[in-house]
Amino acid sequence: MNAIATIALLASAMLAGCGAKHEETPHRAPSAPVLVSAPDQIDPLRRGVPIDAEATPPAMARVENFDRVRPVNYEKQPPTIPHSIDNYQLTRNTNRCMLCHTQSNAQTFHAPPVSPAHYATRDGTILEEISPRRYFCVQCHVVQTDAQPLIANLYEGLNTTIPKGSAR
Amino acid sequence: MIGRRIRTMTGRMRGWIAPFWTTLWRPSMHFSLGFLTLGGFIAGIVFWGGFNTAMEATNTEAFCTSCHEMKANVFAELKTTIHYNNRSGVRAICSDCHVPHNWTDKIARKMQASKEVWGKIFGSIDTREKFLDNRLELAKHEWARLKANDSLECRNCHQYDSMDLTRQAPRAAQIHQLYLGTGEKTCIDCHKGIAHQLPDMRGIPQG
Repeated sequence: MNAIATIALLASAMLAGCGAKHEETPHRAPSAPVLVSAPDQIDPLRRGVPIDAEATPPAMARVENFDRVRPVNYEKQPPTIPHSIDNYQLTRNTNRCMLCHTQSNAQTFHAPPVSPAHYATRDGTILEEISPRRYFCVQCHVVQTDAQPLIANLYEGLNTTIPKGSAR
Repeated sequence: MIGRRIRTMTGRMRGWIAPFWTTLWRPSMHFSLGFLTLGGFIAGIVFWGGFNTAMEATNTEAFCTSCHEMKANVFAELKTTIHYNNRSGVRAICSDCHVPHNWTDKIARKMQASKEVWGKIFGSIDTREKFLDNRLELAKHEWARLKANDSLECRNCHQYDSMDLTRQAPRAAQIHQLYLGTGEKTCIDCHKGIAHQLPDMRGIPQG
């Protein structure tokens, strides 16, 4: 009788041990950028989490909402949007961006107006309203978040790529 | 001819109403004054309460979205906006913005809504296409209403005096100070389409 009880106790303890061993350890994706030079690192989107494991995504990034114009990183770069645009309607029916950023309203709302080039069609006709090919602002202009880049980037921007004092 | 017919009709009506009229104005024979006064008082509370409860029931989200015109169009759009889902968990339901809170104005709006019942019965916007065709007109009614009452339904929650401008985005603070603070503009002038998709806005001032 005693022996049977001992065996049962042992078995249950072993089973419990097995359960603990098989418990999955969550793979937390690193929030810092990962350098992808290593040959086994082929998918930076997974941030180093093995392909057969479920990654716990990093916290959602927040949109920067400072209203300070950011410097551009290269010539002709579409300036980034320095404010949040949550629920701004940019549809076939209406364009919220142009409420403030049209040439005629920019002064009223203290907003930088879109460049005159945005009023020109492909064949150079200047329109009264924004040209249809420039209508969907967020095709080129985007908000910036505080998210860490997926992969480390060594690009240093406009100021360093053009040597100081060089005639262009 | 018509005059005589009306006269006979009113004569017949008088003959029918007269007994009720005399009963109504004769002192009560069976009920005491106390019973009639108290009974009238209690019945008044019950009916008044019942009336207001029924009216409040037509102000709930469940009532508004019980017809597919609202549920499939405007309510579906509301769900993506900050007035439905936000960090602090406060929700503005349909009636918070579309029905005045003040009692007399509420009754006036509810009487207007009888036209919406008509629309529901005869299916004036019972398909998505019909709704989209009429969307501009419907939106214009709401803009006009909010413009006329100085965006009262917005201001029931959002008061300029209670806004901490330092906690707003710089551009919002600046524009609110310039136009809302001076009373030059009212909320709806700039905040159209805050809770629903906008109709074709060509030629409609938005700021």
